[in-house]
Amino acid sequence: MTEHTHAAPAPVGGRLLTPVTFTCGMLILAALAILAVRFVSGLGAVTHLNDGYPWGIWVVADVVIGSAFACGGFSIAMLVYIFNKGEYHPLVRPALLASLFGYTLAGVGVIFDLGRWWNFWHILSPAYASPNSVMFEVALCISLYIVVMWIEFSPTFMEKWGMKDARRKLNKVMFFFIALGTVLPMMHQSSLGSLLIVFGTQIHPLWQTMLLPLIFLLSAITIGYAVVLFESCLAAAGYRRSIEMHLLTPLAKIMLGVLAVFMLVRFGDLLWRGALGHAFTPSLQAFMFWLETACFLSPFVLLRGERQRRNPARLFVGGALLMLGGVLLRINAFLVGYDTGTGWSYFPSVPELLVTFGMFAIEVLGYIVITRRFPVLPREDAPPTATPAALRAATR
Amino acid sequence: MNPRREFLRRALAGGAAVAGTAACPSAHARGNAEIPPEAIGLLFDSTLCIGCKACVAACKAANDLPLDDNSPADALWDMPLDTTARTFNVIKAWQSGAGTQRNQQTDGYAFMKSSCLHCIDPSCVSACPVSAMTKDPRTGIVQYDADACIGCRYCVAACPFGIPKYDYDSPTGKIGKCELCRHRLSEGKYAACAEVCPTGATLFGKVSALKAEAHRRLALQEGAPTTWPRGNLDTADQPAWQGPAPRYVQHVYGEKEVGGTQMLKLAAVPFAQLGHKPLPERSFSSQSETLQHTLYGGLVLPLAVLGVMSWVAKRNVKHDDETDARGAQDAHAGEKRHD
Repeated sequence: MTEHTHAAPAPVGGRLLTPVTFTCGMLILAALAILAVRFVSGLGAVTHLNDGYPWGIWVVADVVIGSAFACGGFSIAMLVYIFNKGEYHPLVRPALLASLFGYTLAGVGVIFDLGRWWNFWHILSPAYASPNSVMFEVALCISLYIVVMWIEFSPTFMEKWGMKDARRKLNKVMFFFIALGTVLPMMHQSSLGSLLIVFGTQIHPLWQTMLLPLIFLLSAITIGYAVVLFESCLAAAGYRRSIEMHLLTPLAKIMLGVLAVFMLVRFGDLLWRGALGHAFTPSLQAFMFWLETACFLSPFVLLRGERQRRNPARLFVGGALLMLGGVLLRINAFLVGYDTGTGWSYFPSVPELLVTFGMFAIEVLGYIVITRRFPVLPREDAPPTATPAALRAATR
Repeated sequence: MNPRREFLRRALAGGAAVAGTAACPSAHARGNAEIPPEAIGLLFDSTLCIGCKACVAACKAANDLPLDDNSPADALWDMPLDTTARTFNVIKAWQSGAGTQRNQQTDGYAFMKSSCLHCIDPSCVSACPVSAMTKDPRTGIVQYDADACIGCRYCVAACPFGIPKYDYDSPTGKIGKCELCRHRLSEGKYAACAEVCPTGATLFGKVSALKAEAHRRLALQEGAPTTWPRGNLDTADQPAWQGPAPRYVQHVYGEKEVGGTQMLKLAAVPFAQLGHKPLPERSFSSQSETLQHTLYGGLVLPLAVLGVMSWVAKRNVKHDDETDARGAQDAHAGEKRHD
């Protein structure tokens, strides 16, 4: 076993009220106001949902994409605890925190979209169990995973509040929760793709395949690494911290490796099914397919060599483009490639978009508050928030 | 049934279903579901439909449904253009060219019924995460329980015929779709649409009998005089009438599509033109469930992976604790900087 020593996590400190947190707060308030209308007047009052497109961005962005963005914790935990790459340990807590928020919000976001939300508990009750339903499995796994992640993250709070005894006891069984925390996301991230199989021929052949679970799982893992690159660069810039290049550079290489496997499966499947021809017919679906593919291919160009992978700007853009590829894969499979027949169309309404923005704002706000007040990010020697000027600069 | 008992009944049934799925991983791959032997359904013969829409009105009355108010000019007329959460049955007109010749392809017109087809292997039932959409094991009716429904609209999205609809205008919106007047069956009545149909274009009966009737019609020579039953085929409660046979498209829609449906359709115009897309014979739900149960049957695969992961994590996490402890000490010392 290799030896690694890292700075222990410590609160970043600094003011909580900054232009960034204020903006997040405003977006959250706007989302809450819209949700109030939604709960009083129904989904039709604020969304463009219809019977041809009964699922809009509240499902696809807030839940399907939101939970994929929240795969950082899962992807890094796999690396550190399963593949024993201890050197990545400082990335675990921040990634886990982002995942915790992503998933918790995805779980809450589902309720906003449910037409009969007061029955929500039925999905967890054996009385209503429907083991043939893909969504039943997704819902159970996500609910369980949220609990597991809170347990995985709880040492952070225990440290803050000096609960040494509880922390020691939990450490003894933590390996089991870490293992669960890798199996559950494998199950539901793949099943988020399987959701579409029962849609049959309503899904365009560029996206409808029995390999959807594998395609969604592989893309979620690689998005997990991309999110960590993206977040680390953003946190470093926002908090004026040094970028952990010695970790991010090799991580980018791992990300490209998983991405290569994903691309092989994706195109191998298209060729084997003989569906690639659809990508060469002039259609919106073909255009979106190539846009998605370009985003997935761009990291191979941007981060092609060791020198490029040492460039923080390239890591940031490469990570962001891969995330965009993941977004497009999900939007394409669920919406662009979905056709229930002529006469139906869907584009999200402004209130619908504002709720989605509000959801992501909660994530950003929560991340800032917790990293400033709780030990999540690795300790740095010179606190960058010593002067008000630095603090103001940090939030810009 | 009182709510407590209903809950217990559901709990037992649900628990048994989960246990059953978990216990027999051998039941992984499955083909299309079999039709219940006593299954009931409808036969819609487009060539007999005169577009009077008596069935649309009767459906609204029988199911106590409100107006859809689709009239742009005033709200005097209920003119739903398609099924909605408040309209379970509509008759759609098809027209080509001048639209003067009934049941002809060129310059012709025809009518088509749009309502739930009561699939033998329904996608909506497979999709529903809370058993709100179920298939009656005896009648085969695809039925909906609003009290169980969470409103996720997976059924709406999954149905290849676009039938279950959700009421987006209500804060407590329900899914709406034809349930073959199952509330009237216990009163000794049958589907209201078939009961009021003046020509027998919509015929109620056992699916086996309806299928035989459909094939009898397809075998008729064009113009040959024949008998057209009305109402309920099984009880012959309404007098039949005599008339010449039309020229049918040799296709019973619903016999094979997505594993078969309990609503069968005949027409003189190709079904694709009447808004009925060609669909494969393998049901989508059997594909989805085969995949799910291959991966999760008996929870064998997830538990095996969990076992391996736990073993590996236990080995690696110990080292993590040591690192943490040392890191914490270093942090307290507050001097060292690590890479």
